[in-house]
Amino acid sequence: MAKLDHLTQHIESYVDSSATPAQQAASLDAIGCLVKSDALTLEALVRELGMYLTTTDDIIRARGIYLLAEVLTRIESKPLDSATIHSLIVFFKDRLADWRALRGALVGCLALIRRKTNVGMVIGSDAKAVAQSFLENMQVQSLAQHDRKLCFELLGGLLECYSDTVASLGEHLFFGICEAMDAEKDPECLMLAFRNVESLVRLYPDASGLLANFVGDLFDILESYFPIHFTHPSGGDINVRRDELSKALMSAFSSTPLFEPFVIPLLLEKLSSSLLSAKVDSLKYLRACAVEYGAERMANHAKAIWSLLKDAISTYLEEPVFLFSSASVVGITFQNNEIITEALSLLQQLVMQNSDLLVNLIIDDEDVNMVFNSLAYHEKYNAIPVQEKQKLHVIGRILYVTAKTSFSSCNLVFQSLFSKIMKTLGFSIKNNDSLPNDDILPPRRFKFGFLYLCIELLAGCLDLIALSEEPLVHYDFEHEMFCTTLNSFSSSLFNAFGSAVALSSDDHPLDPDIYIGVKGLQILAMFPGDAFPIPKSLFENILRKFMSIITEDFHKTILWDVALKALVHIGSFVQKFHESEKAMSYRSFVVEKTVELLSLDDTTMSFSFKVEALSNIGMTGMEHMLKVLQGLEGAIFSSLSDVFVHGNLRSAKTVVQLLECYSSKLLPWTRENGGFEESVVHFAVEIWSQLGNCMGSSISFEEKGLLDAIMKVMKLAVGCCSVESQNIIIQKAYSILSSHTSFEFKELEELPLTPGKYDISLRDEWVLSIFASAVIAVCPQTSIPNERVVFHLFIIALLKGVVPVAQALGSMINKMVSKSNATEISSDLTLEEALDIIFNTKISAIGILQKCNRMSNGREVVLTDLCLGVGTDRLLQINALCGLSWIGKGLLLRGHEKIKDVTMILLECLSSGTKSALPLIHDASENTDEKNSDPLVMKCAADAFHVLMSDSEDCLHRNFHVRIRPLYKQRFFASMMPIFQQLISKSQSSFPRSLLYRALAHIISDTPLIVVLSEAKKLVPVLLDCLSMLTEDIQDKDMLYGLLLVLSGILTEKNGHEAVAENVHVIINCLIRLVDYPHKMLVRETAIQCLLAMAELPHSRIYPMRKQVLQAIVKALDDKKRTVRLEAVKCRQAWASTASRSLHF
Amino acid sequence: MTLGLINANPVVHAKKERVARTEDPHADDAVDPLDIYDFVRDIRDPEHPYSLEQLSVLSEESITVDDKLGRILITFTPTIQHCSMATVIGLCLRVKLKHFFPPHYKVDIKVSPGSHADEESVNKQLNDKERVAAALENPNLRQLVDECLYSNEL
Repeated sequence: MAKLDHLTQHIESYVDSSATPAQQAASLDAIGCLVKSDALTLEALVRELGMYLTTTDDIIRARGIYLLAEVLTRIESKPLDSATIHSLIVFFKDRLADWRALRGALVGCLALIRRKTNVGMVIGSDAKAVAQSFLENMQVQSLAQHDRKLCFELLGGLLECYSDTVASLGEHLFFGICEAMDAEKDPECLMLAFRNVESLVRLYPDASGLLANFVGDLFDILESYFPIHFTHPSGGDINVRRDELSKALMSAFSSTPLFEPFVIPLLLEKLSSSLLSAKVDSLKYLRACAVEYGAERMANHAKAIWSLLKDAISTYLEEPVFLFSSASVVGITFQNNEIITEALSLLQQLVMQNSDLLVNLIIDDEDVNMVFNSLAYHEKYNAIPVQEKQKLHVIGRILYVTAKTSFSSCNLVFQSLFSKIMKTLGFSIKNNDSLPNDDILPPRRFKFGFLYLCIELLAGCLDLIALSEEPLVHYDFEHEMFCTTLNSFSSSLFNAFGSAVALSSDDHPLDPDIYIGVKGLQILAMFPGDAFPIPKSLFENILRKFMSIITEDFHKTILWDVALKALVHIGSFVQKFHESEKAMSYRSFVVEKTVELLSLDDTTMSFSFKVEALSNIGMTGMEHMLKVLQGLEGAIFSSLSDVFVHGNLRSAKTVVQLLECYSSKLLPWTRENGGFEESVVHFAVEIWSQLGNCMGSSISFEEKGLLDAIMKVMKLAVGCCSVESQNIIIQKAYSILSSHTSFEFKELEELPLTPGKYDISLRDEWVLSIFASAVIAVCPQTSIPNERVVFHLFIIALLKGVVPVAQALGSMINKMVSKSNATEISSDLTLEEALDIIFNTKISAIGILQKCNRMSNGREVVLTDLCLGVGTDRLLQINALCGLSWIGKGLLLRGHEKIKDVTMILLECLSSGTKSALPLIHDASENTDEKNSDPLVMKCAADAFHVLMSDSEDCLHRNFHVRIRPLYKQRFFASMMPIFQQLISKSQSSFPRSLLYRALAHIISDTPLIVVLSEAKKLVPVLLDCLSMLTEDIQDKDMLYGLLLVLSGILTEKNGHEAVAENVHVIINCLIRLVDYPHKMLVRETAIQCLLAMAELPHSRIYPMRKQVLQAIVKALDDKKRTVRLEAVKCRQAWASTASRSLHF
Repeated sequence: MTLGLINANPVVHAKKERVARTEDPHADDAVDPLDIYDFVRDIRDPEHPYSLEQLSVLSEESITVDDKLGRILITFTPTIQHCSMATVIGLCLRVKLKHFFPPHYKVDIKVSPGSHADEESVNKQLNDKERVAAALENPNLRQLVDECLYSNEL
């Protein structure tokens, strides 16, 4: 009861107007909790409140009542007995008359009215009493916004929950509601008010009764709100959006058909207003109303709506997009326009309701007739005057919508207009029958306009059929009139569209005449059903026609393109009906023919066309793709054997193109769609067999492009397979490698390795490279046979300069399981063992270090020694370094600590003069006092950092199942930076320092900018040194650009400003030198942009540099390249205005 | 301008769309009339809040360039024959081009033949180095020119 002791205190603090809102809320919460937890009964609370509820002090009374009401709101779900509810509702009902303390009364009524049956509800008679009291006492519009909102909510609650009892109030209720919302302007209140009107109207369903008398009054009030328009831009505190409010008003308008005589004229009037939103709203409302009011009522207005609708469409319809890439596959595409969309859907609704009436209106419309008459004169699209074009498009759209709405409307349109079009085009059913179906008439010109309208009608028809094909609305459309008509005219239509295609010229951009022809044929081909309405023979004719374009008209690029696109559309369409006869004929007429193209030795058609056609058609569906893959594989293997066996170099070019198509178009598609693994595996294995077969000639191995293409295809093919399939491929590859090359695998197991013995032939190098590319792409789980020997072989090849092998090593290292994690005991090497092989395998120096006389014969070295230049064989050292860099990349990506050793080796090579801070290398290199500081080697070591940091497409790529540790670049950057800074400061001679800069530049330009920014202060001076070093050699221009982009990133970023400000002088000098960098335009442009960004820095810092910058920029104003000149102008203005506008200096 | 506007009711034309140039890295980007036009089309008219392009004082065709000799000739058409603003417009053109082109270009600015009552003297005034320099030293004129060049009203 201790809690109850505070009750009085809580009540007092709540009622007390001097307490802060927070205190009041706290006491309210406390009381609410008490009541909820049954510690306090409502009676007790009321008794306690006592005086506060009835006192004559208005403010205190209002607070008291409000407190009670709020408590009731909080216990809405707590069951109460009916007597309590009754007494409370009677109290609050009476209080409605007390305008000084209204808020509480409203909240209380609302809380009680909203109670659900299971927790005790207000009884009907009490609700009615509340309604009566409300209607008698409330002057809603004289209240403040929040109170008004409560009023509307209360009314809404009454109308919804107590509709039966409230309905008996009759006229009073109508008056009350009208009065309440009259002149209301607040969006939130209006939302509620509109909903109230809707529920009110629903109370009186019979049309003759009370409602009929008041409909006029209700509408008078609603009318003024249309169209919804917010005079003030929507601020933060308005929670209602315009379209929500508009929707609420719309459902109020369409709530009863009795509104029809009032609403429709208003909407029609607003439809012709100039305000765009009013038009859109009118169209939306008309459609909603049409649905509610019903066909009969709408029929009265059909004529008026039709004419306004036609005007609206004519005004806003834009020129169609004659492009095949556009969104809609079937119909003609127009720019999306809200008015047009709404207008057409309204038209569709009207046609649905009164098809006879509307279609007659359309047929008899004078515009429609005029279009039909005038079109007869123009044969080509571009000959039609602009206004008539517009009308043509409008009528086309209208016909499209009419045809697609329902079967009856479609029949009507076909009966009247379609036959009219056919007659004007010179077709009649009779002469059609006399023609055998397959006979193709000689092409002649047809009137464009009619063909255009045909397309719209056919597209509508097709949409209609597509809709009826859906299982829910399945309907046998074949006996409909339009189908029989279409069937009888189908071959005439084919002829007409065919001639449009045949007679067209090949202009750019796509000529509408071609478009119409191709589109027409495409639509004809896309009717479902094997025989009806479009017979199979006609379908085949269409395919034949397109295929003839594909095979013969490839010099007309645009026609060829669209024909291919049409075929693709048709292909994806027939793919839905696997077993249909049309799908069969598509397969035999299109897919097989395209595949055949490859094998034909036809030199007139360029190979790229064939490949393009093939890949596009393959991508229309699984079965087609299978066929295409088979065909392509056949072509690839026959050309490959041509190359390998006969040494035919022309075939080599072909096969490169085919492989390119396979790897860049078909493989990605199969990867996305799945289910082709078998075929891909077969392909890869077959390539290996081919490689095995080509024992003979070696002339053909000089074609570098071919090797690259095979390697790429091998990587991608292996990359997209599952582990099992990869195992199959690798096994096959290994067997070819071990049996068909001159490597002695037995010897390879023995140590030391003797690279000197091997002289890798070109052919062996090929096989090895392709094997390496297969290894690059495998999953970590895939097992590689005889790994130790493979490692040895790779190391030998690496020293001979075979780069893919180095990449494969890196990628193997990347994917290996570390010893600690290796749970299953397998024959596979662990990571540690592999690293041991790589770095500690003894390599016999015999044969490779002959030049080095002092320490050669009999000595055994390891890879590290070779990298550090034991002996003087420069090439060997470079090869070793290159290999090391890829191995390092594999380690870096997985975040292995061994990468430190690798970078140390690289750094040692770089800073051969200063071997101070690198204890690790000391012992390894103590014997090599004859230091080899060959510049090329050093450069190679510097560029190794590029390999380490850049994202390579060739290997260690996401597609090839690589293991990537997050943020590895950031880590590497952070660990390398201090080392480099130390080395740079210690290096005395300029050449090693420039190489250190070079390595650093690689690291910086490949690190994410955000990391560089955080270090900007330290980095900027180094960055500038790198930049000036890189300007010396033309070959470094791309690197220079990459680095400059980093600088510009620092300059444009807010955080970078601080770091920059201290070095303004140096930076500007450096940039000025780059402004006339002759070898790369982008460098000049970026340098000027950097200067522009520098103009933002504090005035005192940059002012001394102003003169210098302006002088440099003047030169850039005269640059050869326009973009540079434009940047220079901007930059000049910015710098000139740092002092004044004048450019005098 | 207390005397009222010289041409109170000029004809305003639509702005033409800016053509985005196709980037061709190997093309020879010589200075062409469109370059110059792009610089000067947005200069504001001294009297009205419209650009010279909108008042059709300038057009791309009215500019000729000889990149080899480094010569630029701009012919502009004042909106009315007695326009005393013709010299100010010419001055604006000259100042703006001076900012945007290296000094070795020789810029000639003329009113198009027959478009101005005092054609000859306007042409002479606009192409006289010393008079241009003197005009730009006049603070009132200078301010007017700057307003036209840097106005944000358009």
